[in-house]
Order: sequence, then structure tokens, then C-alpha cells
Amino acid sequence: MELVLALGIGVLTAAGVWLLLRPRTFQVIIGLSLLGYAVNLFIFAMGRLRSGSPPVLRGEGHVDPAAYADPVPQALVLTAIVISFALTALFLVVLLTSRGITGSDHIDGREPGE
Amino acid sequence: MPHMVLLLIPFGAPFVAALMAIFLPSRARNAAAGLAWSASLAGVICLIALFPAVAGGEPVRWSVPWLPTLGVNFTLRLDGLAWLFAFMVQGIGALVVLYARYYMSADDPVPRFFAFLLAFMGAMTGMVMAGDLIQLAAFWELTSLFSFLLIGYWHHSAAARDGARMALTVTAAGGLCLLAGVVVLGRIVGSFDLDVVLASGDVIKNSPWYLTALILILAGALTKSAQFPFHFWLPRAMAAPTPVSAYLHSATMVKAGVFLLIRLWPVLAGTDAWYVIVSTAGMATLLFGAWSAVFQNDLKGLLAYSTISHLGLITLLLGLGSPLAAVAAIFHTVNHATFKASLFMAAGVIDHETGTRDMRKLSGLRQAMPVTAALAIVAAAAMAGVPLLNGFLSKEMFLAEAIAHTGGRHLNLALPVLATVASLLSVLYSVRFIHQTFFGPPPVDLPKEPHEPPRWMRFPIEVLVGLCILVGVLPAITIGPVLAVAVRSVLGEDVPYYSLALWHGFNLPLLMSAIALIGGVAAYKLLGPRINRSHRPWLVGRFNGARAYDRVMRAFKGGAEWIVRRLGASRQQARLRAVILTCMLAAVLASGLAGLGFSEVGMTIQRPGLGFTLLWIIGASCALGAAWQAKYHRLAAVVLVGGAGLVSCLTFVWFSAPDLATTQMLVEIVTTVLLLLGLRWLPKRLPDLASPQQEAKARRRRLADMAIAVAAGAGVALIAFAVMTRPADSPLARYFLDHAYSEGGGRNVVNVLLVDFRAFDTLGEITVLGIVGLTIWALLRRFRPAADSLGDTVQKQDQDDSDDRHKDRSVGDTLPETMLIPRVVMRWLFPFIVLLAVHLFLRGHDLPGGGFAAGVTLSIAFILQYMASGARWVEERLEIRPLVWIGGGLLIAALSGVASWLFGYPLLTSWFRYVDLPLIGKTPLASAVVFDAGVALLVVGATVLMLVAIAHQSLRKSRPVAPIAAKVAAKEETF
Repeated sequence: MELVLALGIGVLTAAGVWLLLRPRTFQVIIGLSLLGYAVNLFIFAMGRLRSGSPPVLRGEGHVDPAAYADPVPQALVLTAIVISFALTALFLVVLLTSRGITGSDHIDGREPGE
Repeated sequence: MPHMVLLLIPFGAPFVAALMAIFLPSRARNAAAGLAWSASLAGVICLIALFPAVAGGEPVRWSVPWLPTLGVNFTLRLDGLAWLFAFMVQGIGALVVLYARYYMSADDPVPRFFAFLLAFMGAMTGMVMAGDLIQLAAFWELTSLFSFLLIGYWHHSAAARDGARMALTVTAAGGLCLLAGVVVLGRIVGSFDLDVVLASGDVIKNSPWYLTALILILAGALTKSAQFPFHFWLPRAMAAPTPVSAYLHSATMVKAGVFLLIRLWPVLAGTDAWYVIVSTAGMATLLFGAWSAVFQNDLKGLLAYSTISHLGLITLLLGLGSPLAAVAAIFHTVNHATFKASLFMAAGVIDHETGTRDMRKLSGLRQAMPVTAALAIVAAAAMAGVPLLNGFLSKEMFLAEAIAHTGGRHLNLALPVLATVASLLSVLYSVRFIHQTFFGPPPVDLPKEPHEPPRWMRFPIEVLVGLCILVGVLPAITIGPVLAVAVRSVLGEDVPYYSLALWHGFNLPLLMSAIALIGGVAAYKLLGPRINRSHRPWLVGRFNGARAYDRVMRAFKGGAEWIVRRLGASRQQARLRAVILTCMLAAVLASGLAGLGFSEVGMTIQRPGLGFTLLWIIGASCALGAAWQAKYHRLAAVVLVGGAGLVSCLTFVWFSAPDLATTQMLVEIVTTVLLLLGLRWLPKRLPDLASPQQEAKARRRRLADMAIAVAAGAGVALIAFAVMTRPADSPLARYFLDHAYSEGGGRNVVNVLLVDFRAFDTLGEITVLGIVGLTIWALLRRFRPAADSLGDTVQKQDQDDSDDRHKDRSVGDTLPETMLIPRVVMRWLFPFIVLLAVHLFLRGHDLPGGGFAAGVTLSIAFILQYMASGARWVEERLEIRPLVWIGGGLLIAALSGVASWLFGYPLLTSWFRYVDLPLIGKTPLASAVVFDAGVALLVVGATVLMLVAIAHQSLRKSRPVAPIAAKVAAKEETF
């Protein structure tokens, strides 16, 4: 499980970094999204992988912490998911605006060689 | 009235009045002046009412905790010295306000001026009345800030802007040193409370940190009081309106440094280090300032250098370290404030009524403005130290001290000589000021016809000059009692015998005074015309602090530019590559130093299941596919990214994170919608037609990027694997699981964390979300699409063409018919999605769900209607007010947090209880639900705002554009 997820995170990161280094703004946005998934999963994985034990308390009285998954990374990632949506939206709009102003969707705002 | 109120009014009233003045219309000169005048008058009255209590010997105090964990309090503490300074600030403030009412032109935004002036008055009062060192440093910086705003008040003038910037740079940098200094001082003593500090003189002087604290504090005091070599900002600050020069840059703010030296005199003075630094700086400033003042041709410039010189005199007195010298310093501070403020006002009157301040142009104004001339002559005589005026008394005390310090220490024999020289120079520039301006032939070629100023503009000068004479003639019964109280508050039981009598018999100081007076007048007779012809001060003219400052600033700028040139790249791709490589290098270094963190006690590995492996084969393929297709097939890339998102969502489900899975799923939907909306405005991209050289270059770059990407991915995978295989034991997790129910009243620990334990964090994050929403909205309000995106989309053209071909259809008929059945379904889905949102929200505290998920769900409900029926249809039927939702959500969340203050709990403490409701049964009620509602409302607002802002762009009218094929053909021709 750990190995598969680690490889998965690695592939997402690699794809994201590759796209970040591309010249077109849309590629960068897609890259940021992929990198966002990778980072969220990475932080989430810091709480270790456990199946079937969501941090939703059952029963009354004493709580056995060993019976539940770590809630802290989950809380961190939850807001991060929403924020990364906001980030994607902002970049998209900046992209559109910059293309409107410069007429180019190159990240430098001008076509190479111009 | 209780003392607390009397203390709070002089401090608080200016700030309140400043806030009120901001809201006045910009032409309301009289209202603003009236406001300022009432605030300062109220302060004066309260201070007079407090005098008996202060004169009793014990400081009047009022204190509330400010930063209790750091031992910092907000304390208003009024003793004799603070009273004297506060009275000067408020009293001269009232006179300056009256003067400024007539000085300021009705065309200027005068309420703004008075707002700054009042805020300065409050900050200065807060500084002198501070009973806590940190508070003192804070108000000290505030005075620098308001001084900056006031100097730069006429911000259309470059001189005002530069002067303001220079004053702020010098004094605020000094203020930061002061802050560091008082922190050191507080560490030595163990408290920031002024009373404790003042009682710990021996501890401070014997501490190994004494010199550090002293130098830092002196750096603050000497910059603020414009002491050599930091004096240069003060002449530049004369670009301020004259009331500001009279108030801040002669009477009050520049005295802040002196005030601090007096305030801490009992605990810092008396050591060799103090003597050497302070008296040397004072003496240098005294002579340099006086010498430079002689050669100024601008009235305000002369007064500025004279102020520098007099501040040097006071500093020198304090540096000598004897109690009698301290008495003289306090006395001279008051005297200087009265005569210098009146002289500045007189200079302002001359400027106002003649249109120039250049002494070479002015002449013989005695005829045109006899009253002003008389007032200025008396004030200048006080400055020169003529008997029967207040300046004479304190100068005699200074000369007596200079003689008393001849024995025992170095600087010594020179001291009385240099003091006499400085007094002589002071006489020389005073005579020059008066003679050039008011005597001689009547002026010619003035910009305005000179005449007396309005009655009430002259009134403040009359009051101040009256005080100069009154104190000069009857010192013991006018200034005597106040001075006695102030001196006692500084020196305690060690108050030396001093006499405020006018006549001390024929003695050495009197002789020195006589030499100075006669010598000064004689020097003017002899050298006056030559001085008038010189462009800069003799001897020291080459030394120019301002130029040195400019050079330092240029060096900073040049250095920054050099770094940018060296480390920057002109292309974004190169920059991003540098950023990523730096990150990777940092990660490698960190893991190289600390090890990767593979567990030593045995890894815990779970065997990968087939399902999960297959899932991630799909996920990885989606990611790679998206990377592959993002350039030429954006739609495919969006779909593939969605696939990768779903895989990560399923991973959350797999490993016990239902909240994350829900949120990820919902956010996936809105992200996809968003990207699809954006696609419409991007150019159609066809494979580039590049020359072979370019192609080879691009391939090399791709290979390098590929290597970087693979290395980054491998590194992250390695680190993730290393951490995941360590045994889990997080005290944080245990704490939150243990306390979520007992303290947060919820069973869904993740939600309790978000809305209760880490609610402040969440508040910050939703604020960010709101700001991003507003930014997007603002960016799109003035959105101009690129020229080639203005036309109709291919789909719409196809529809229109098809309509055109059929006889029984007209153009635009197809559009309402497309997606007919999905549209009906989507419309009917609306109430159910809303219900789902409510459900997610209500169960959030105990089961997966919560504000974020509910908010995103609700926004999906809205955006679905937009997709089904178009923006116009939706907005005719639904009230879509995302801006209100964002504001309301933030307000609800913040207020629900503030509400806990009402019950005496820290911000955002939640309250919960189980309540038995009829029919429903035992129901949990937590105040955190209100906070969560705010979160949900804001998330809806922000998400809807972002989506709708982009969606609305499709309402713009399309324009015909050249078909893309023609463009490609044109491009091909170039190769």
C-alpha cells in the first residue's frame, strides 16, 4: 500500500513539475493542479495509512486513540483542498487577463523570438 | 472626575477627533479646526485638573494588561516630567491648531491635515505618558509615522516627499534601535514597567549589557532629536507646512529624544560611556548647528539649524551628568519650545504675507507689519539669550554648568570657551534673522504686497511671546512650581539647590553672556554682508549629511539591482527552473544532514492490494496523460486531471478520510467546471512549425526538464515512503481524539478541529478564499479577451449554419433546444442539491460533512442552473449576491468568535450542550455551528463569485474574427 501510494505521489509530482516548466500558461495551471494533488496526498500520508478507522468517534465515554486514523493531517488537507481550488481559479483568471492584454498565452507574455 | 478619565482624555481625545476629522468633507476647514481645537483644549483642561495630584509627588497611574504573557502593560503614567511635556504638547498644540486654521489654504484638504496633526498629538501624549517601555517605543514610532505623513502633506511636491521619506527612514530606524534597547533594558531589570526600571539604576549600570542598551537607546534618542551626525533630516523636513515645523520640528517631536534622555537620565547617566557619547554628540551638534544656522538664507532653514543647535545644547547638558545640568536641560527645553514655536509661526506669517522666505529678498518689513516684527524681535532676543527673557535664564544656567565642569574631566577647559562661542553664534544668527527681515530699506519685488496677518493668526504668537517675557521677568512664580515638580520626578530626593532669580550678581556666566551678546552683534556688523553672499557655510559646507544619506540609499538600490541582475533571469521558464532546483537542493541538503528518516525499529508495511494498485495505475496514467496533452488537447487534459483527482479522492476513502473524500469530490466538480469555462478564451493551438535549430533546442530543454521532473518525483516518492513506513505515534492526534468530544462537543474530529480547536486558522483561510474571490471578480470586471477569442465558438457557428440551411428555422433556434432533457433534469436537481448541502452542513459536527463541503455543494447547485439555463435565466429567478454572501459569511464567522469575549473567554471559544427538544429528542447544540455557517456562506459566495464571473464573460457580444486557417497559412509562409 505504502509503496504504491508513494509511487503514485511521485508520478503526480513528476507530471506536475514537468508541466510547471512548460512555456504555455494552461500547462502551468494543469501542472499546479497535479502538484496540488501530490502535496495534499503527501501531507495526508504523514498520518500513516489506515483503512476502516475514520476519525469519527463511536460510542460513549472513553476514547481509544489507537482505534482511529490521525485527524490532524486530514484537517490540514481539507482546507488545503479548498484553497487549491481558489488558487487554480485565480491563476486561470490571471492567465485569461494576461492573454487579453498581451495577446499571447506564453508565460512570458510574448511569443518566443518576438 | 476620577483620575482615570482625566488621564484618558488628553491621550484619547486627539485620536478620537482624528478619526472624526477623516470623515469630514475635504473643504470643512472650520469644522476640522474646531474639532482639533476642542480636543487639545480638553486635554489642557484635564492636565491642569491633574496638576495638584501630580504635584503631590506620586505619579498618577492607570493600567490595563496589553500583552500579559510578555509582561507588557498599557500604562498611562503621569509624573511631573510627563505632565510638563504633555502640557507642552497639548498647549502648544492648541495654539498651532488656531494658527494652522489661518495658515492652511482653503484649497488644501485641510481635514486630512488636522487628522494627521491630531493623531500626532495623541501619539506624542501617549509617548510622554507611557508607563511601560514597550508602549513608549510603540508610540515613539507612531510619532515618526505621523511626522512622515505631515511632512509629506503636500505630496505633489518632490521636496516634501523626499523630506518625508528621509525623516521616516532616519527616525524610524532609530526607533527600531530604541525598541531593541528597551527590550535589553527590560531584560536587565526583569520588567518593562517604568517605575520598576527607574528604581533599578544600580542593577542597570552594573549589568554587562549596560553598554548595549545604552548605545541602542541613544541611537533612538539622537536620531529623533536630530543630533550630529543624524541632524540632516530636520532641515529637509522643513518642506512641511509651517504649523508642522513649529509644532513637530521645534516644540514637540524633536524633543522626544531629549525627553527620553531625561526620562532615563536617573538610570543611565553618570557613567563614562554616557558622558563621552552624549556630551560629545551634544557639543558637536551645538556648534555645528549654530555655525550652519548663521549661513542659512531661508528663514525656516535658519530656524531648523538653530533648533538643531539648541537640541545639542540640551543634550550636552544631559551628557554632563550633574543634577544641576539636568535642571537646566529641562528648563531650556520649555523655553526653547516657546520661543522657537513663536519664531516658526512668525516665519510662516512672513511667508504667508509676502510669498517668500528668502532673507536676501526680504527687507524692512518693520513698516508693513509692525506688530509681527515686534513679536519676532522679542522671540529672537529670547533665542539669543537677552536678559529679561526666558532664554537668558536657562542659558545662564548652561554657562554656569559649563564652568562647573572644568575640573576633573577632559573636554574641560574647552567647555566654557566653546559654550561662549556657541552663544555668540546664536546671537549672530538671531541678529541676522531680525535685521535682514525687518530692518533696512523697504522690500522690492516681493511676490505679494506685505501686510499684517489676520488677527487670530497672530494670537498664538502673542501668547507664546507673552510667555517668554513673563517667564523671563518673573520666573519663580510662573515656571517655578511646574519646573520644581518636573525636576523632582526625575531627580527624586537629590534635587540640588537652584535659583530662578533674574540677578545672580556679577559673575563669570554673566561675563560670558556679555561677551556673546557684544561679540555676536559685532560679528554681524563686520561679516554680515559677506555671510549674505556665501552660498554655503564656511568650513563645514563640504560636510553634508544628506548627501551621505543619499549615497547610502543609492548603494542599497544599486546592490538590490545587482542581485536581481545576477540571480534573475529574463525568462519565466528559467526562473521557475531555478526555483524548483533550489527547492530540490534544499530537500537534498536537509535529508543529507538529517537522514531520510527511515525507521530504525522496523518498518510497518502493508501488502498492496490488487484493487489499490490498479487504482493507482489509472491515477498515474491520468497524470502522465494530462502532462502529455496539456499543450494541444486542453479538453483531454482537463478530463485527465479530473481522473487523477478522482483517484486521489478514492485514496482518501480507502484510508479513512471521508471528509477529505467528500470535499475533494465536490471541489473536483467545481474545478472542472471552472477550467471548462476558461477554455473558451484560450487560443486554438496547432503544432508549432519551428526551424530545425529551434526544434533541437526545444528538445534539449524538454530532456533537461524531464530529468528535473523525474528527479523531483523520485525524491518526493522516497520521502513519502520513508515517512509512511515509520511507526505512527502522534501526541497531537491523541490529544485531539481525546478532547474532541469532551471539549468540542463533536464526534467528527476533523470538523471539530476546523471549527473549534483550529478555528482561528480556519478564519484566516476563509478570509484568503474571500480575498481570492474578490480579486478574480475585480480582474474580470475589466476583462478584455484576446482579439482572436472574440468571435463565436465553432459550436455556435455550426448551430447557426445549420439553422441558416433549414428554411423553417431562423438563426439561434437550436441553442434553446440543445440539452433539453439534461436541462430539465438539472433544473429539478436544484432543490435536492440544496437539501444535500443542508444535510452535509447539519451532520458535519458529528459525521463527515461540514461547512466547507456544504458550501461547495450549494455552489454546485447554483452553477448547475447556470449551465442548464444560462446566466440571464438564472439571474431573473434567483437572487445571486456572492459579494454579500462573502461579506456576511466572514462577518458571521468573526462575530461568532468575538461573541466568546462577551462571556470572558478567548476568541473563538466554542460552547456546546445537549438539549432535549420535544419530538426530535436529545440534540447537540454547539456555538461552533454558527462559525461553520459563516464558513459555508463564505465558501458559497467565493465559489459562486469565481464561477459566475467567468461564466458571465460568455454574455459578451461576439465579433467576427479571421478564421484560424488563414492565420496558420500566414505563419507557414514565414518559414
